[in-house]
Amino acid sequence: MNRTEIMAKLNEIFCDVFDDEDIVLTDATNSDDIEDWDSLEQINLLVAIEKQFSIKFSLADVADLENVGAMVDLIERMVG
Amino acid sequence: MSVLDYPFDSAYILQKKKSIKKELLANNKFIDKKVAILSGSTIGEIKNILELFLLNYGIKPEFKVGGYNRYFEDLMFDDGSLKEFGPDFIYIHTSNKNIENLPVPQDTAQQVQEKLEKEFARYKTVVEKALSFGAVVIVNNFEMPFYRMYGNKDAVAVQGVVNFTTRLNLMIADYIATKDNVYLNDINYLSSLVGLDNWHNLENWYLYKYALSVDQIPQLAFSVAKIIKSALGKNKKSVVLDLDNTLWGGIIGDDGVEGIAIGNEQPAGMSYTEFQSYLKKLTGLGIMLNVCSKNEEAIAKQGFTDRKEAPLSVDDFICFKANWEPKSINIANIAKEINIGEDSLVFIDDNPAEREIVRQSLPTVTVPEVKSPEDYIKAIDRAGFFEITSFTKDDAKRNEMYKQNAQRAAAESSFTDYTDYLLSLNMTGEIGAFSTAHCERITQLINKTNQFNFTTRRYAQSEVEAIIEDKINYISAYAKLVDKFGDNGITACFIASVEGTNANIDLWVMSCRVFKRHFEYAMLDYVVGKCKEMGVKTITASWLRTAKNVIIKDFYESVGFEVTMDTEDEKRYIYNIPDDYEVKNKVIEMETV
Repeated sequence: MNRTEIMAKLNEIFCDVFDDEDIVLTDATNSDDIEDWDSLEQINLLVAIEKQFSIKFSLADVADLENVGAMVDLIERMVG
Repeated sequence: MSVLDYPFDSAYILQKKKSIKKELLANNKFIDKKVAILSGSTIGEIKNILELFLLNYGIKPEFKVGGYNRYFEDLMFDDGSLKEFGPDFIYIHTSNKNIENLPVPQDTAQQVQEKLEKEFARYKTVVEKALSFGAVVIVNNFEMPFYRMYGNKDAVAVQGVVNFTTRLNLMIADYIATKDNVYLNDINYLSSLVGLDNWHNLENWYLYKYALSVDQIPQLAFSVAKIIKSALGKNKKSVVLDLDNTLWGGIIGDDGVEGIAIGNEQPAGMSYTEFQSYLKKLTGLGIMLNVCSKNEEAIAKQGFTDRKEAPLSVDDFICFKANWEPKSINIANIAKEINIGEDSLVFIDDNPAEREIVRQSLPTVTVPEVKSPEDYIKAIDRAGFFEITSFTKDDAKRNEMYKQNAQRAAAESSFTDYTDYLLSLNMTGEIGAFSTAHCERITQLINKTNQFNFTTRRYAQSEVEAIIEDKINYISAYAKLVDKFGDNGITACFIASVEGTNANIDLWVMSCRVFKRHFEYAMLDYVVGKCKEMGVKTITASWLRTAKNVIIKDFYESVGFEVTMDTEDEKRYIYNIPDDYEVKNKVIEMETV
C-alpha cells in the first residue's frame, strides 16, 4: 500500500471520527487544525486505524505522533 | 435493527459515534435522566458510548463526570456540586486498578485477610455514601488480574490475586443482595465473556489510563445501559415464538408429531430441548410466552402434548396462535389480549422473511436476528431484554395472574349486565398509605405502568421512601385487589401533593390487569376521604399525552372533574369535593389499612 492509498483511508477515518465530510488531510495536518481533535479523539483515531489496517501499535509507536504525516509514516512502516 | 442492538460491531460504534448520536437524537422521544459517572480510571469514551446506548433505549442522559480517579474524593468530600446536580443514577467505574491492598506472596494468611476486609470496608463506604445522594447506584465488581503469580494455584493460594478477587467479589455480592437501589455491573463476568486477553490492554492503560481495552468500551457501556433501562421499567415483558424450526426441528404439519426433532436423543433435538428449558425458566421470572405459528392449532399442540420430551407444555403459553393469518396480525392481537404494549414483545422466528415482515408492519416489536437453534438462547440472553434489577413476588406470579385474566374474560362474556358480572367476581381490596414494606413493588409499578398513567412521572425508590416519611405534604395510596380467580397483588398507586386546601394528583397508576373493575372508583373514594380528613377542598389533576395513555383521556370527566384546560397533548382538571360526596365503588369490599 502506498502513501496515497494510506492517506485516502486515513482521511475516511478522520471524517467518520469527527463526523465531518469536509476534512482534507495533508502531511502537515495536526490537532490545531481540527477543532475536536483532543486526547480522547486521538485514542479513537488510533483504535480505528489499528482496525482498518489490521496493525497493532506499541507504546513507543504512538508516543509522539505530531501530525498526519507522522501517522502515515508509521502506518506505512507497519503494513510494509 | 439499530447498529446498537446486540450483536453490535464495537469498532463501528467507536468510529461512527458522532453520526450515530445525531441519528438517534433525530428519531426518538426521550425521558430525561441525570447520570453521574465517577472515575476510578479514564471514563471519557465510556460516557460517550453510554450516551448512545441510553439514547437507543429512549433515555436522554445529562452527565456529570467526576475527576480522573477521584471517585472516592468526589463522593466523600463532595463540594456540593454532586448534590446540586441531583443525579438519578450514580455509576462508579472502578476496576482492579483501584484495589489498594492486593496480596503479595510474602503476606501471611492473616495479613491477606486484613487486606480483604480493608478493601471491602472501603467499597462499602463508597456505596453507602453514594446512596446518600438519593440516586440509584451502579457499581462494578472486580475483574480477574491479567497475570497470575501462582499460575493455576492463584485460585487456591490465599495470597493469589485470583483467590482474593473471587472472595472480594463474593463479599460484594452478598452485601449488594441486602441493599435496595444498588445494582452490580458484573465486569467479572463481562471480562470473562469477551476474554481477559481482550479485556486487558496495557497500552491503553499506560497511555490513556483506560482500565479496559478501548475496544471493549461498547460492551461495558451496553451492560450499564441495560441496568439503567431495567431500573426505569423499560424491560421487555413477553416472548412470541414460532414453532417449526424454532421450538422444535422440522415441520410438524409435514413430518408428523413423531418426526419433529425434540428431546435429547439426537443433537438437533437437544438444541431445541435446551431452548425450551431456557424459556421455561423465563416463565419463572414472570416473562410471558406466546405462540405465533403458521399451523393447524390441533396439530401444533401435539408437539407439546404427544412429545413428553418437550420441556414446555401448552399451559406455559398465555396466547397460542396457530393459524394461517399473517403473523403481524396475530402478534398485534396477542398484545391486545394480554394487554401490554407491542414494544414489550420479543418475536423469535427462524424464518428471515417472517422476521422482516413483522419488523416492517410492527416496528416497535423487537425481532432479534437468530441464525440457528444453538444461537437462540444467546440472542435473548446477551441482548438483555429481561435484565432483572428488582424481582418481586408479583413478578413470580405474573404468568398465573395473566392466565386468571383470560378466565375472567371468558366469565365476562356470559353476563349481560356488567355490574352483575363485577359482583360475581367477589372482589375484596386493601388500600392504605405507602409503607416501607411495599416500597419496592410500588416503585416498580410506578415505573412500569404506561397505560393507566396520567402523568407518566417516574419515581426512584428513594423518592418513594421520602413520600412515605412525609405524611403532611403528600397523600399516597397503594391498593390491592383479590377476586375469586386469584390475588392480583398491589396493582395501583396514587400520589397527591397537598398545598393549603388543594391536593394535586402528581401520579395515578393502575395495572392494566384491573382496568374497569371499579377499582379506580374505590381509590377515588379513599382519596376523597383522606382529603376531607385533611381539610382539603379541591383536587387538581392533569392528563399528559403519551403514546400509550390515550385510553384514560376522558377518565377524570367521567368521575365528575371539571376541565380547566384541554389541548391535544394535555388536559387539566379541578374537582370541588362535594360535602355530600357519594361513594362510587359499590362492587368491591375495601379494607382501609
